[in-house]
Amino acid sequence: MEGLINIFMASVLTHNIALTYILGMCPLIAISKNLKTAKGMGASVILVITLTAAINWPIYQLLKNNNAESISLLVFIITIAATVQFLEIFLDKYLPTLYNAFGIFLPLITVNCAVLAVSLFMVNRTFGFYETVFFGFGSGTGWALAITIIAAIREKMALVSKVPDGLQGAGIVMIIAGIISLGFMGFIGVVGF
Amino acid sequence: MRLIRLRYTKWYQLLSKGIFKDNPIYAMALGICSALAVTNRVENAIAMGLGVTFVLMASSMSTSLIRKFIPAKVRMVTYMVLISTFVIAFQGFLQAYFFDLSKALGAYTGLIITNCIVMGRAEAFAIKNPIHFSALDALANGLGYMFTLIAISVVREVLAFGTLLGIQVVGDGFVTWTVMAMAPGAFFVMAIYMWIMRTIAKLDTTSAS
Repeated sequence: MEGLINIFMASVLTHNIALTYILGMCPLIAISKNLKTAKGMGASVILVITLTAAINWPIYQLLKNNNAESISLLVFIITIAATVQFLEIFLDKYLPTLYNAFGIFLPLITVNCAVLAVSLFMVNRTFGFYETVFFGFGSGTGWALAITIIAAIREKMALVSKVPDGLQGAGIVMIIAGIISLGFMGFIGVVGF
Repeated sequence: MRLIRLRYTKWYQLLSKGIFKDNPIYAMALGICSALAVTNRVENAIAMGLGVTFVLMASSMSTSLIRKFIPAKVRMVTYMVLISTFVIAFQGFLQAYFFDLSKALGAYTGLIITNCIVMGRAEAFAIKNPIHFSALDALANGLGYMFTLIAISVVREVLAFGTLLGIQVVGDGFVTWTVMAMAPGAFFVMAIYMWIMRTIAKLDTTSAS
């Protein structure tokens, strides 16, 4: 159990998927303009990453037993696309309030590289099933944390600061992310894999 | 005289759009993840740039070749299957001939699949245009991506390791900036690069986000 919590904390703080591995940048730039949508996106990402990691683990073991690891990439991406599609239909039918809150973000998640990356890292690090689930949940939480912080800063900045022309939009998000990333480097040594 | 005529052909316009005006990275902010994560050394940047260019061209050409047979509803899945096939081919090639490089790039070669540039070009261009224009558009975007990666990695490698393609380029007294090899350095160099390029290209950045 201690090992699992360790993996969770490490993937939120020291091995943050957005700020250390620089993954999932496209939505981080595009959807961080206001705090409310950023939170919605973050919550959907946590859900999808945890689910797909849990689904992809047994599939990978199956492929490995049949010596077909080379097509694992293709299988992973199809699983992710199918999971997202299924989740969308399921929420629409049974939990309409949740669908109204998260529904618009779901299709975008298929192309969020953080989701595929968690499945690939799980293979590279030879995690077991529970470790994979905790790693997926932690990575999702880390990503949500990053986008929430950036959105909060951007929302405040839009009110008071004058950003130079060429730096507006993506440029200033990079600077913010860089500074937060420097801050997160302070966690190095607290926890690790 | 010929040069003036050249400016108005579709070929020239596609090339200049992809490499300069609509450059996928600084103008459209697509494909940032890999652009930041692998650019701590120039050789990684070149390998990644070539890989993306190959996948982009192959998938754009095949998408445009079969564009009349793809039903609109399943086109996304079709792109994904096509793209991941070529990514697996590229990954196998790297592992067979450049093993060290494939180790250094790690999971990031697999992540070419979710590189928004590849998907974006298939959806925005290849699905509507004939094969020769799609190939050229993909080539232009791939080159634009590769130039950006090389530009960023040159700055980062010199500052972080004092080397260029593995060869020592600075004097012994130089103190290396470790932070440049890590994520924050990538973010800062990218921000400055975007600032410079957008000012030169005089882009209307207020509309793009």
